Amino acid sequence: MMRYLIVLAVMLLPLNAFAFTGDEIMKKSQAVFLYPGKDFKARVMMKLISKAGQERIREMAMLRKNYGEAGGDQRYFIYFFQPADVKDMTFMVYKYPAKDDDRWLFVPAINMVRRIAAQDKSSSFVGSDFTYEDISGRDIEDDAHAIIREEKLGERDCYVITSAPKAGDVDYSHKLSWIDKANFLPLKEEYYAKTGEIHRVFTADEIKDVKGFPTVTKRTMKNLKTGHRTEVGFVKTDYDIGIEDSLFSERYLKQAPRKWIE
Amino acid sequence: MSEYRSQRPEARRLKKVFLIAFFLYSVFRILSSSHASDISIHGFLQGNYSFGTTENPDGDDFKWLEERFQLKLDASRGPFHLFIKTDASFGHIDDEADIEIREGYADYTDAKWDLRIGRQIITWGPGDLIFINDVFPKDYEAFFSGRPLEYLKKGIDGIKAGVYPDFASFEIIVIPFFEPNDYPDSKRFFMFDPMPAVTSREENEPSATLENTELALRVYRDIKGFDASLYLYRGYFRKPYMIPDDLINPTKITLRYPELSVYGASLQGRALDGVLSLEAGYYDSREDGGGNDYTVPNSQTKFLIGYQRQFWEDFTVGLQYYGEYMHNYSEYKENQPSGFPLDRRFYQLATIRLTQFLMHQTLKLSFFSFCSPSDGDYMLNPEIKYSFADGIWAAIGGNIFGGGEKWNQFGQLEKNDNIYLQLRYEF
Repeated sequence: MMRYLIVLAVMLLPLNAFAFTGDEIMKKSQAVFLYPGKDFKARVMMKLISKAGQERIREMAMLRKNYGEAGGDQRYFIYFFQPADVKDMTFMVYKYPAKDDDRWLFVPAINMVRRIAAQDKSSSFVGSDFTYEDISGRDIEDDAHAIIREEKLGERDCYVITSAPKAGDVDYSHKLSWIDKANFLPLKEEYYAKTGEIHRVFTADEIKDVKGFPTVTKRTMKNLKTGHRTEVGFVKTDYDIGIEDSLFSERYLKQAPRKWIE
Repeated sequence: MSEYRSQRPEARRLKKVFLIAFFLYSVFRILSSSHASDISIHGFLQGNYSFGTTENPDGDDFKWLEERFQLKLDASRGPFHLFIKTDASFGHIDDEADIEIREGYADYTDAKWDLRIGRQIITWGPGDLIFINDVFPKDYEAFFSGRPLEYLKKGIDGIKAGVYPDFASFEIIVIPFFEPNDYPDSKRFFMFDPMPAVTSREENEPSATLENTELALRVYRDIKGFDASLYLYRGYFRKPYMIPDDLINPTKITLRYPELSVYGASLQGRALDGVLSLEAGYYDSREDGGGNDYTVPNSQTKFLIGYQRQFWEDFTVGLQYYGEYMHNYSEYKENQPSGFPLDRRFYQLATIRLTQFLMHQTLKLSFFSFCSPSDGDYMLNPEIKYSFADGIWAAIGGNIFGGGEKWNQFGQLEKNDNIYLQLRYEF
């Protein structure tokens, strides 16, 4: 009996030493960072800060619902509070990992819902330093992931993963991610330009436990080329609140339901 | 044939006073209620100036010259919601102040249906500035004189019911008070008039009777990733048609709005790496079955194909092709009085829209153009819009018209090119 146990332990050892592949870590990270809960809501305060220090505010309510497994389809509903010229505007995204999103925009001044062309997921989201992909994630299959080292980032033990896009569909050459070994949240990301310099840096600045889900409640994306940065804070964050499928419809785009918008 | 009566300015003023009184009362009721929950007030201050490159017919240089203050009041309580958008403006061309309720309605929302009563803006169809099934009133003077785009749409005074069973969504609209389109003022705009010598004109609008009430229905749902809609409308043309009292020696012209029904459909969805839009409608001119009556338009079939695509970050191109086919054309041709321009059997219009955002989407460069392959006339609208800070923006643009014949849609506006400035502070 003992002999078998020893054999088993020996068999497990090397597996344990290389517990995860880069792909597996990024998959887990995506699940905890972008897919926690069945659904999610937050009041999002975005500050767009120029190199000279001029601030612009984008304040919105963001609602998300998952359809299927982590890494699968999602729907997003966004209602804008600020700035005043976009107040009451709503925006809806049906996100599909393997193909282009469906996006709709509601313009309250003329009471019109319109589809908007959405070919480029690496476009800026509302003028910020975050892209659509940064908000809703990039298909794991689109990049080749590899663990390059393990190191501490501050107090946290991290995997450092390099992710290189398989196709040349983005404007960066690769990304380095510092993934917390304990909860798999990305604590830092560096996007490298094709020239080799760091183009953008993401940092998770505050992590809170919300209903058992570790959640990045403050984050920053900084563009090192332009000196422009975007700081994002989440408040009133919640999970598994029972968002109905019907929310993601023209009806509610035109009349955002007050029970979800706060 | 329905009965018509002229809606005199006093009647309109009375309607306005009634509406304002009703909404002030509603606001008072909501504000004074002890359980009033959510009330928000927003609005803007705006300066809007449009300079004509040619002197106006009345000798003035400006197409539009005004300051405007808009107040939006939003109040909610349980399933009820009240919204009032009021504009106070001062126009320098006529030195006239005006107060206008742009929208003012009450909502009731239930799980499977809702109701909106009052003045409201309704926009239907996937077209970009081309309207087939959007049969609701528009202000073309605003559009041609460089006012912000939202002023193209006018509210209707009526009721909208939404019903949302699982298989499809329904919008049912009842409009008891007819509202025509607004066309450019002949003092400010040079426009084609087939009988300029006849100055005695009377406008007859359909009166507000049960029989004249307009009805519109839209049924929509998703079909394989496409947004599909069906539309039905029973009401009136919003463009007036001229009836001279005598063809040989006219002394008076009556402007009236013939009866119209529209049956249409549209589809919009992701295709060819962009967004594809298709729309069609049959305009049934109910008073002119055979096309023999020159005082009412013939029935028409209208269709639209649109395609929009983002070529690089923050740069989007939109293209549209629109066609209008007149039924019973030979009858129309035979009966059209001499001296009146003859429309084509098949009218075509194309549009292009280019939009580029820069500087974190605070600077927007755009270009929009109408161009008719059949008539040869065009309208060009380049614009630069910059947001100085949150809620403060300015736009400078131009409207340039030309080509075609002097009676064509844009050709007749040839002498009305203008450069406009819009400045706004929103709060």
